[in-house]
Amino acid sequence: MTSGPENIEQPTEQSTGSESTPSHPLVTALQREHPEWIGEVIHAFGETTIIVPREHIVAACSFLKTWPEGQFNFLSDICGADRGVEEEPRFEVNYHLFSTTKYHRVRLKVLLNEEDTHVPSVSGVWRTANWHERETFDMFGVIFDGHPDLRRILLPDDWQGHALRKDFPLRGYEPYSLK
Amino acid sequence: MGLENIIAEALPEVLTTQLDSLINWARKSSLWPATFGLACCAIEMMNATTSRNDLARFGAEVFRASPRQADVMIVSGRVSRKMAPVLRRIYDQMPEPKWVISMGACATSGGVFDNYAIVQGVDKIVPVDVYIPGCPPRPEMLIHAVMMLQDKVSKESVRDRKDIPEEEAREAVVPGTLPVTDGSTARQNTLPESRPYTIASRHERRRSS
Repeated sequence: MTSGPENIEQPTEQSTGSESTPSHPLVTALQREHPEWIGEVIHAFGETTIIVPREHIVAACSFLKTWPEGQFNFLSDICGADRGVEEEPRFEVNYHLFSTTKYHRVRLKVLLNEEDTHVPSVSGVWRTANWHERETFDMFGVIFDGHPDLRRILLPDDWQGHALRKDFPLRGYEPYSLK
Repeated sequence: MGLENIIAEALPEVLTTQLDSLINWARKSSLWPATFGLACCAIEMMNATTSRNDLARFGAEVFRASPRQADVMIVSGRVSRKMAPVLRRIYDQMPEPKWVISMGACATSGGVFDNYAIVQGVDKIVPVDVYIPGCPPRPEMLIHAVMMLQDKVSKESVRDRKDIPEEEAREAVVPGTLPVTDGSTARQNTLPESRPYTIASRHERRRSS
């Protein structure tokens, strides 16, 4: 967890290594309270990433939103990533959290196998997650369980495939035709 | 025939002309473009109507928000696949006579966006009369295209232009149904799959058939 502008001017030589950096106090506090939520903690480039098991993501998000020490009341972004066809786990879903009162950020990450791309929806925690999850579904085919309206949002409704997957051809499967 | 000389002597206040010339003169002198800005080319299109460039000198400055009142569709920018049915519907809603200007590299060929999201040339959806290169083209180039279109309009025949049923219009430009144009068969092996055909404009095809 970076804590705002005072961290920006520090040299980043010690914050780039994931082993040498001591954990942020918020992470240690979170680790003490809910160790089962935290799979791995990565510190890199002054940013903190917590890998969360899939079944705990909603509980972790709703806790972080109302936690007095965290107050992550703003969901900046949800995005997907495809690590490559041969990678295992192949997909990741990233949640970028920000606190407008404490002015710090954290990134939560859920890793997914190709065979089972289901994630519980956090649209009940932050309402803005609705469209972000639709976009992630649209581009990567990640299915958000419990989402109120999981439709495509950017690509046309009759689109075949998911465009940002690594095995999707750049020019699409077929030339355009009006049907 | 000499008929017009006889008429001119007998009735000096009467002017004789061809019906095509008269109607085309009226049509080309007041082209009404449809307001259809898609991307950065639309900024140049707007700029063409400003006081500096003054498209009104050539009678094409009345941009209409309703396709029912428009003659020319200026496709100004990249056409995404999601936008393509909308563009086609607006074209279908325009009454005859109607013309299309493909403005800029993206509308003409997809430009730098050679990917799944962008239609690789608006001529896959609607028949195009004038293409403008450039990224984006300057307003002068759009004005030049309007003047070229006026030349083209003045050479048409009134009989070429009539409203055809929407089903037929839609049928007429389904991609892949038209013969490949000259030269492309020779280059077929090197051309990418995404551009296997080009489409002649509608009245050109009607004349040849």
